[in-house]
Order: sequence, then structure tokens, then C-alpha cells
Amino acid sequence: MKANSPVERLYNGIYKENPTFVLMLGMCPTLAVTTSAVNGLGMGLTTAAILAMSNMIIALLRKVIPDKVRVPAYIVIIASFVTIVQFLLEGFIPSLYDSLGLYIPLIVVNCIILGRAEAYANKNTVVASLFDGIGMGLGFTVGLTCIGIIRELLGAGQIFGFQVMPAAYEPITIFVLAPGAFFVLAFLVALMNKFQIGAARRGTDKEKVGGCSKDGCANCTNHTCGGKIFDITE
Amino acid sequence: MNLLLIGISAALINNVVLSQFLGLCPFLGVSKKIETAAGMGGALTFVLTLSSLVTSAIYKFILTPLNMEYLQTIVFILVIAALVQFVEMFLKKCMVSLYNSLGLYLPLITTNCAVLGIALINVQKSYGILEGTVNGFSTAVGFTIAIVIMAGLREKMEYNDVPKAFQGFPIVLLTAGLMAIAFFGFSGLK
Repeated sequence: MKANSPVERLYNGIYKENPTFVLMLGMCPTLAVTTSAVNGLGMGLTTAAILAMSNMIIALLRKVIPDKVRVPAYIVIIASFVTIVQFLLEGFIPSLYDSLGLYIPLIVVNCIILGRAEAYANKNTVVASLFDGIGMGLGFTVGLTCIGIIRELLGAGQIFGFQVMPAAYEPITIFVLAPGAFFVLAFLVALMNKFQIGAARRGTDKEKVGGCSKDGCANCTNHTCGGKIFDITE
Repeated sequence: MNLLLIGISAALINNVVLSQFLGLCPFLGVSKKIETAAGMGGALTFVLTLSSLVTSAIYKFILTPLNMEYLQTIVFILVIAALVQFVEMFLKKCMVSLYNSLGLYLPLITTNCAVLGIALINVQKSYGILEGTVNGFSTAVGFTIAIVIMAGLREKMEYNDVPKAFQGFPIVLLTAGLMAIAFFGFSGLK
């Protein structure tokens, strides 16, 4: 696949650099809105739309915006799109607007969006940035929907609102409450670490799997704690 | 009485990290040692109290009279970013000792979604300036409680034999989940 072609960008966002499972960006919405599969899907698609549009506009303006004020400029662009999308949701899909609530305006501070603006859109062409945004957004959607499905299945015995578990199944309500979000994500990441350890053992190089560095977030090379965003804004 | 209720509710019942999932990045990233965790909590308390005061004042005296409430997200995020910069510059010039203890954490706070989140919650619940400031302060106290407890647990966890796949991020998330269950107990206070 050719680098920066639309197909390569989509593959990169959805699979290779999946924002939820590989880069681990945007943890707040990942945990907060995934109480059901529908909410996860809705949040994912909303973020994807904003990410695609902001990436496109930022790529379009990348030669106009002075380097020194680029971060505030990006934030204004992103916040404008978030406001637009918020009103569209309120007008056309009020049920989703009600269930996502506060987390729609908080998309502004989702590190995926500013992260992609810094890492990709300000160096690349408009079309490539648009597809990068769509790919990353869809990858985020896949991650959120997965977590949403697991939580809804365990916590309510349903998937997308349809009853799938037999009536004898007693729903484990804690999985749709706040602690369940932490547990599901912990097990998913542990599962991924397990595969990575296996892969590292087979390979020549033992990849280090672990938490943050001692100096805290800013010097963190592990993407789990938002260190990435500081890395690139430096 | 009402203010006390807002305070307890924000600090314990609806704990910002454990039940609203705001400010997770610093909660997971800066909770390795108790001192750094307490420093982060102190810096956040400072900024969050100030930013709640400023954003509620802006909402009440600028946005509402001009009928521009719809611009709240854009205005709040810019005000917060600017405020953090100003606080950093002010501390550096005037209060060097405080800057030395908190300065490191200030840039990290701009991207903390708790700050924007609280500004928006204050508007959503139509809190006045005083109520909003109390809400901001007690939310930050709740954050400090949670992150210091987490740091204490993580210091102990250093000596534990954690399965390889669970080392690092997953075991911290599991701990956070158990803490969230514990904080659920506070909902009986309502």
C-alpha cells in the first residue's frame, strides 16, 4: 500500500494505530459513555465527524497559521466544529444528545483530535488528512463500540438494545455502572499485553510492556497516559 | 447549607474521577508517588477554583447579557488555556516557592478535561458564581483525595507480584475500579 493514500490512512487508523487499543488516547469518553453499544457507536461517530472536518480545515490552513499560535488556532477550529455538531445532534438526534450529555462539548479536549492535528494534519495534504481523520475516527468508533457491547452484554444481557442472553441470565449490573468501565478496559488492555508479550518472546527484541515513566506524564513514552500529546506539542 | 451540600456531593458522591471519568489522564499518569500526586492535586485545586470563578463570571456578565450562550465551549476553553498561562507566569514572578512546588504540573492541567467539564457543569446546573466556585473547589478536593489514595496504593503495589500481562496500566485500572465501588458507598449520603 502506498503511504498516505486514502486506503492506507483508513487501514492505519482502524487497525495499525487504533486510537483506543494501540495509542490509548481519549480515555475519558472511552470509559464514560460506553454504558451501551449504541452510546459507544454514537460517541465514536460524532468524534469521527469532528476529527475528519477539523483535520481537513487544519490541513487547508496549515500554511496560513503562524507556527507560534498554532495550538490556540487549532483549539478554536475544533471547538467551533464541536459546537456545530452539538447543535445538529440536539436538533436531529435528541435521544443521543441526552445520553451523551456533557461529553459532547468535552470532545474539544479529547487528545485524539488535537493529537492528529499536530502529528498529521499540519504536515500533510488536505485529502490525506481528511482520510486520516476518517480512519482514526472509525478506529475510535470500533474501540468504543466493542467496549459498549461487552458492557451492555454483561450488564444488561442485551446488545444494541436487543435481548440476547436467555431469560435465566441475571445481569451483572455493575458493568453498566462506573466501576465496570474500569474493569472491562483493564481486562482488554491486559489481553493485548498478553499478545504483545507473546509476540515479543517470539521475536528477537523483547518489547517492554508497562506503565508510565518515573518522571510522570510529560516524559512518558507509553501512550497510555496522554504522554503522546506532550511529546508532539513540544 | 446548600453550599455544603454542593461541596459534599462534588467531592465524594459524584467524585470527578471515579464516577464522572473526568481528568483520567493525570489520575493514571501522575499517581506513582504520593508527593507528586499531592502536588498535582494542589495545582488542580488552585486552577480549578480560579477557573470556576472566572468562567461563571464570564458566563453571567458577558455571555448571558449578549445572548451568546452558544459560544460557551469555545470561550471557556480559551479562557482556561489563557488562565493557566497567566497563573504560571504570575507564580513564577511573585511566588517562587509555590511555583517550585506546583509549576511542573501547571502545563499538564490545560489538557485536563475536568477543568472544562466543571465549567460546563456549572452552567448546566445553573449555579451562580459562589456556588460554581464552591463546586470547582470541592471537585478538586475530590480529585486530590482520589489521586492521593491511588498513589498510596500504587506505592504498596510496587512490591506485589502482579501477573505480567496486568503490570502497568491494567492493574491501575483494576484498582481504580475497586476504588469506584468503594466511593459508591457515599451515594447513601444523598
